[in-house]
Amino acid sequence: MASVPQEAGAAGRKRQTRSTSVILLNFLGSMNLAITLLVAIAIASVIGTVVQQNQPYEDYLSKFGPFWFQVFDNLGLYDVYSAMWYLAMLAFLVVSVSVCLVRQTPGMLREMGKFREHQQERSLRAFRNHREWQTTLQPEEVEAVAARALKHNGMRMRRKDHGHGVLLAGMAGSSNRIGYVLTHLAIVVICVGGLVDGNLMLKYREWTGDLTLETRNIPVSQIGEESRIPPGRGSFRGMVNIPEGAGARVVFLPLRDGYIVQELPFRIEVEEFRVEHWDTGEPSLFESDLIITGDDIDEPIHHTLRVNHPLIIDGYAIYQSSFGDGGSTLNLRGWSLLGDGAEPLDIEQRVSSREEIEIADGGLTLELTEFETFNTRRVPGTENREMEELGPSFEYRLRAADGSAREFHNYMRPVDIDGRKFFLSGMRTTPQEPFRYLHLPADRNDRPDTFLFFHDALSSEEGLRDASERGAWVAMQEFGLAQEELVPQVAATGRELVRQLLDEGFGAVMTDLEARMADQGEESTQQSLIMFSRLVLERTLWEAFSDAREAAGDDLERELDEADQHFFQDSLSTIPALAEYGVPLFLELDSYNHRQATGLQIARAPGANIVYFGSALLVAGIFLLFYVSHRRVWCWIRRDGERTMLLVAGANQRDPLSFERKFAALGDEFDKRLRAAESTTDRSDSGDA
Amino acid sequence: MSTPQETMQAGFDERGFFRRLSAFDWLWALAFLAGTIYASMEFAPWMDRYEQGILYLSWATLVAVGWMWKPARLFSIVVTLVTLFALARYPDLAAGQSDFFLNYLLSSQAAIMWMCALFLAATPVYFAGLLLRSEFLNKLGTALTWLASGAGFVGLLVRWWESYLIAPDVGRIPVTNLYEVFVLFAFTTALIYLYYEHRYRTRAMGGFVGLIICASIGFLLWYHFAQGAHEIEPLIPALQSWWMKIHVPTNFVAYGAFAIAAMIGVAYVIQARNPQKWQERGLPSADVMDDLMYKNIALGFAFFTIATILGALWAAEAWGGYWSWDPKETWSLITWLNYAAWLHLRFTKGWRGVPMAWWAIIGLFVVTFTFLGVNIFLSGLHSYGEL
Ligand code: HEM
Repeated sequence: MASVPQEAGAAGRKRQTRSTSVILLNFLGSMNLAITLLVAIAIASVIGTVVQQNQPYEDYLSKFGPFWFQVFDNLGLYDVYSAMWYLAMLAFLVVSVSVCLVRQTPGMLREMGKFREHQQERSLRAFRNHREWQTTLQPEEVEAVAARALKHNGMRMRRKDHGHGVLLAGMAGSSNRIGYVLTHLAIVVICVGGLVDGNLMLKYREWTGDLTLETRNIPVSQIGEESRIPPGRGSFRGMVNIPEGAGARVVFLPLRDGYIVQELPFRIEVEEFRVEHWDTGEPSLFESDLIITGDDIDEPIHHTLRVNHPLIIDGYAIYQSSFGDGGSTLNLRGWSLLGDGAEPLDIEQRVSSREEIEIADGGLTLELTEFETFNTRRVPGTENREMEELGPSFEYRLRAADGSAREFHNYMRPVDIDGRKFFLSGMRTTPQEPFRYLHLPADRNDRPDTFLFFHDALSSEEGLRDASERGAWVAMQEFGLAQEELVPQVAATGRELVRQLLDEGFGAVMTDLEARMADQGEESTQQSLIMFSRLVLERTLWEAFSDAREAAGDDLERELDEADQHFFQDSLSTIPALAEYGVPLFLELDSYNHRQATGLQIARAPGANIVYFGSALLVAGIFLLFYVSHRRVWCWIRRDGERTMLLVAGANQRDPLSFERKFAALGDEFDKRLRAAESTTDRSDSGDA
Repeated sequence: MSTPQETMQAGFDERGFFRRLSAFDWLWALAFLAGTIYASMEFAPWMDRYEQGILYLSWATLVAVGWMWKPARLFSIVVTLVTLFALARYPDLAAGQSDFFLNYLLSSQAAIMWMCALFLAATPVYFAGLLLRSEFLNKLGTALTWLASGAGFVGLLVRWWESYLIAPDVGRIPVTNLYEVFVLFAFTTALIYLYYEHRYRTRAMGGFVGLIICASIGFLLWYHFAQGAHEIEPLIPALQSWWMKIHVPTNFVAYGAFAIAAMIGVAYVIQARNPQKWQERGLPSADVMDDLMYKNIALGFAFFTIATILGALWAAEAWGGYWSWDPKETWSLITWLNYAAWLHLRFTKGWRGVPMAWWAIIGLFVVTFTFLGVNIFLSGLHSYGEL
């Protein structure tokens, strides 16, 4: 305090009388708070990009576990940007900017009008940028030169006669100060606009008990009044999925783990939804044909809605935002994998409905969850990175009586992998894991039948007995061992080998055989026994294969080729994998009746125009701040004996470095102007002489 | 009163900005106007009125830049002539392989490869110029940078044409995937740098700025050869919008300026360890670098603000809301707040020096995350450019 000059006493007394509100204002308007807030908001915003926002609560629960789920929920991390603490920070920023504005604006506006024409010669000399001339010109002439130079440099001027000299005070770029005001005002305006469009009002009404969140997945007609908002002037942003041929008069406003129903003053009907594709399989177009009717709409509006081209009706904006299945009907064929020789089941079911299915050992519930007609993606379960169009696929859940469920993702058509064709069926036990794909070889008719019959022949008691007896007989004949009474015994061995093969694979079969034969006499005897066993196995498999081919309607007289050989091998390696499939049912998609749903986003954003206005202010403000430099130049002219003295000084607080260069150029200009003026007067002088 | 003639001789010029423009300035602007009018009529079937607007806006921008920064005029003429030459030889895609000029020089592939090579050459030349204090090498660096920028610019323009050669409805402006925007980034950064090189009359920063360009070239080459990203693929519906034509380039002016600021930050930190030695070598003084850093951050901030607003307007049209807290939007906000804090510290608290230089460097990491990281690590509505 001691070093502060005279007024300190008065200021000190004033300070004592300062109320807490002034101290608060000082705090709110302080630069430290402002910078802290800017950085803090930036850091806090990161959270919402790391934790995916507004997901179903079960997902968070399974991701974080019950304890952290609760902690994060309390912190509002699942919807950070409308969490209280986050909004509070934004509010503080707005208050801080406002306080800043209120305190600085008057001073800045005053400064814009002030030319500071009372500067003294001494204080001008103290400027970092100043320069001085002595000239033979008259003061009036110097003044004229200076005025021209200032004007040429875009300066407005004020002249002040100090008696012993004249001061020309020039100033340019004072709109820089307006830039400050606009920039910061814009922040406030934008935040206000955002507030108008945010869902704070909704939350408030929910908090006061005026509205109740609906969390159940029930038809709109059953949703009670307490979860509905009638059409009004307020802002909202919601989603609705409408199947083709259906209509809707509401949108759903998601909030936490539930939603509120917003009623619309019109009804939207969807005639058709279309997706078109580029050759690469990427979508090229999404569009919906809509018919909009309403009490205030005289003629029904027919409109084709596309991405990036919203339809705006009476302040309500309708956007093409997503699409999904609207209840397609799938005709499925259910193949039993139990080895019971059962006929395939015919199932007709709509997507997103469920059905009980009887299979041999108790019921399963089939829930069809998704259906897509196009799948451009990498072939699942391969290394191949190329994108391919894999055709229609569907997803379903099979729930056992005990409630446990597995999810499946099957493709309708076989997929080409290295020149061989497979039906892909993905399975997973929880929604978090990726699907693991089973490859079921397709036969020469591009059907799964042969494989499934083959599997059936090998896993059913009866089928395998049949095949093994024929196989044993063939093998014995080939081995020159035609004793019919031995067939049952050899066939039993063959069946055992088949079961082992299917359970443990070919390698295990061979090592086991070698171990068992180790004590059977001579080396050569062992070898031939192994060869014989192997032959029995192969012939048995082959017989079963023939049965399957016959069942699938293949011509048994046909010469077999390499493709059949591959099919046979692939089948044998796929069958053991079926053990992990988990359910004794494979669903094949036979045909479908496609019905799509379009996902519309509908919004009313009365605050948008405020935000846009604020944005315009912001851009204008920033450019004024950065690219209009506020600079002042003073020219002090006085008589100095015979001659005239000119002192030019200048300043630009915000951009001193460029100003230094500018001032140097200005100095040179003055110099040249003075000399030019001197030479003209010299000429006239000499004329006089 | 002295006549303009006299004042010219006296070494200063009484005339206002427009009066000071030369006949060449006017001729140049008019020639481009004629070209613009021709294009707007010739390609009218492919453009809506917004795109017409953007076309004329581009012309106005070009003229403004060229009048304020004279070398841009020659650059624009050369780029235009070379592009026209390439297009004339390019009636169908097959010509890209069979025509000598296209195959080795001017097809988008070739031109972009030339850009890469020239940038990779310019950087060491600049550094050699700095360390050996060779004015010749410095000038060579500048020349290489101009050539590289031209090659990149031509490359993108020709690529635009190529996309229409694939099929008229596949045609689109080449700023829609990571490969294209990396090319855009490389030459916009270089051009902004060249502007400041001209304004501040120092070539000492060339190597430093070159480093970041080379880094992006490295990525580009990897992306090209390992991922085949140079293939032109048609647009998904969300990107079929004229907003993209202004949103993306505006963003890249900002990214370029921020990148330059960060690299000047690097130079600043290096010279701060031994100012005397480095200034003898030709690095500008701390004050000048500080000023350059500020100018670039200000430029970046201004354009980033515009780009973000354009993005919001586009989002309002495409997704039904101007702000959805999508990760890309949020990271833009983070970037923006970060530089706002930087500007306030500098202006209201008067911070200067090494900490601010470090902050500018860290700022580039934030920018990089906004530009790339979001696409790689986070999911959201900004679907383009997945790796
Ligand atoms: C999101 C919030 C804000 C933004 C985007 C913003 C933007 C800006 C910009 C661009 C500048 C110009 C810097 C330059 O000239 O290089 C500036 C200056 C300034 N800001 Fe802010 N600002 C914000 C918040 C605040 C707050 C909260 C305060 C008050 C506590 C504040 C006070 C100031 C002051 C005093 C100046 C210096 C004006 C001058 O004399 O040139 N700003 N601001």
